Amino acid sequence: MKLRANLVIGGSLFALAIVVGLLAPWLAHTDPVMDANLMNAEEPPSWTWWFGTDGQGRDIYSRVLYGARVSLTVGIVSQLINSVIGVALGLSAGYFGGWWDDIVNALTNLMLAIPSLIFALAIMAVLGPGLTSLLIALGLTNWSFTCRLARASALSLRSQGYVQAATVLGYGDARIMITQLLPNMLGPIVVIGTLGMGSAVLSEAVLSFLGLGVRPPFPSWGSMLSEAREQITTAPWLSIFPGLAIFLTVLGLNLLGDGLRDILDPQSRSRRT
Amino acid sequence: MTGRPLLEVEDLRIDLDDGSRRVAAAEGVSFRIDRGETFGLVGESGCGKSITALALIGLLRPPLSIGGGVIRFEGQEIQHLSAARQRQLRGNRIAMIFQEPMTALNPVSPVGRQIAEMFVLHRGKSWREANQLAVEALASVRVPAPERRVKDYPHQLSGGMRQRVMIAIALACGPDLLIADEPTTALDVTVQAEIIELMRNLCAERGTAILMISHDLGLVANVCRRVAVMYAGRIVEERGSADIFRAPSHPYTQGLVDSLPRLGSRAALGRSRLKEIAGVVPAITRFPDGCRFNPRCTQATDICRTTAPQADGLEAGGFVRCHHHA
Repeated sequence: MKLRANLVIGGSLFALAIVVGLLAPWLAHTDPVMDANLMNAEEPPSWTWWFGTDGQGRDIYSRVLYGARVSLTVGIVSQLINSVIGVALGLSAGYFGGWWDDIVNALTNLMLAIPSLIFALAIMAVLGPGLTSLLIALGLTNWSFTCRLARASALSLRSQGYVQAATVLGYGDARIMITQLLPNMLGPIVVIGTLGMGSAVLSEAVLSFLGLGVRPPFPSWGSMLSEAREQITTAPWLSIFPGLAIFLTVLGLNLLGDGLRDILDPQSRSRRT
Repeated sequence: MTGRPLLEVEDLRIDLDDGSRRVAAAEGVSFRIDRGETFGLVGESGCGKSITALALIGLLRPPLSIGGGVIRFEGQEIQHLSAARQRQLRGNRIAMIFQEPMTALNPVSPVGRQIAEMFVLHRGKSWREANQLAVEALASVRVPAPERRVKDYPHQLSGGMRQRVMIAIALACGPDLLIADEPTTALDVTVQAEIIELMRNLCAERGTAILMISHDLGLVANVCRRVAVMYAGRIVEERGSADIFRAPSHPYTQGLVDSLPRLGSRAALGRSRLKEIAGVVPAITRFPDGCRFNPRCTQATDICRTTAPQADGLEAGGFVRCHHHA
């Protein structure tokens, strides 16, 4: 198979982010929280301080590495929650139809009508800041697109010959949904999930920027940006490096999603004809 | 045949609900199939043969529904069974194969797994045992190198191979009745013959009865012991398949038999072109009064336009529904 540029670049960027997050304790030069030293405050990038230091003398390079953990955890886990909710609701709605479909549709429209970030903010306001509430808030607010997609796929797959054949052969509803419908709609669901991960990373940054995410002094890319706001003219490296990390990760995830769509789509199209 | 028939359909009526009223898409459908027997249901598109099959396996979906009559499987009425009980029958006791082997298999699942699933589902086998049984099942439908083929995906198989896999799936649990809805329509003629032969042999070995549904009277008469001809939702004639070819009684059956192309018939019969039945099948909502075939029938008289004919028993067995039958 021809390797596609977007798939390779996107995959590498995402893999890099994961490796960096996992290996942070070994790659980091200093502890991201404890090693504050006011003697080194606001050093610009140099050979000693690759990404410079912040106002409390903490190494930005080490903090960006540790920040990857929070951002990726939020991105992956919250999107996983979204995918599970979206697929469960959409698939069952498309398959069963009727009143259940109406309810799911109404719920999806409701979710689409409220800006998801505002909704997440409201949930955070109730649950209080912190990683767990961040996961819950973002995991509950972005499933509507996945749900729409799963429902549409289920509707079109339901009339396929093999789904009817499975009914005739005595498959139960759950078995049909899991063995016949789900594997056939997985391609687009994975693509949407990858793209959603990118936006979840961004949402984490936004919520942390607003002070609702991970509490300082623990680093996340969003909270680092938030803290760097006031020094953006005097110490721009404080915002440049976490910003760059967010940019590259989201870019990587979007390229990966595009690449996956490219390889999954024509295959499924030729399969069906 | 002695004893209880395997399947007994009595006065089955299938309703089509078009929102404002209910019309009968099929009515007065009665037939019986004995154990191990081969029975054919023939008719044009839209005559009600496929919905009759769907009714038998409890898969009519709105706007279609069973409006009346009785379906007995081994003496037990099955038309009002709960969904769960019907599901136990389907695939296990009554199996079905379809017209389109291209779309009737799940494209993202290896064929071996799709066969094995039947053993897991209806026989409670473990996946390990089921996979072994799947290889045997594939071998029984004469797929070469079955232990390698079980790992293939449907798109890697030819149409004939796929239909073999469908037959393997359908016969996996040793059903008592196999419903074959146009099983070979989508296949090449040479492959068609092989598949029909395979299906007939396997069912004969296992004592599985076949209900074959087709528009191809020649094919059905070849495979089945008895044939019922459907027209516009009613069975118009039911006979032994040899009789129906030799001396069709109903004008519609006569028309069907006459419209079959035969080798050498031109010269022998001095015909210049194939005969056809004039006109088209009436829409379900506009069935004519009396005999439903009357607008297209060459022998129609006044009584045909007012009174629906009753089923008349024939000496050689079977019946015909015509006022003027021979």
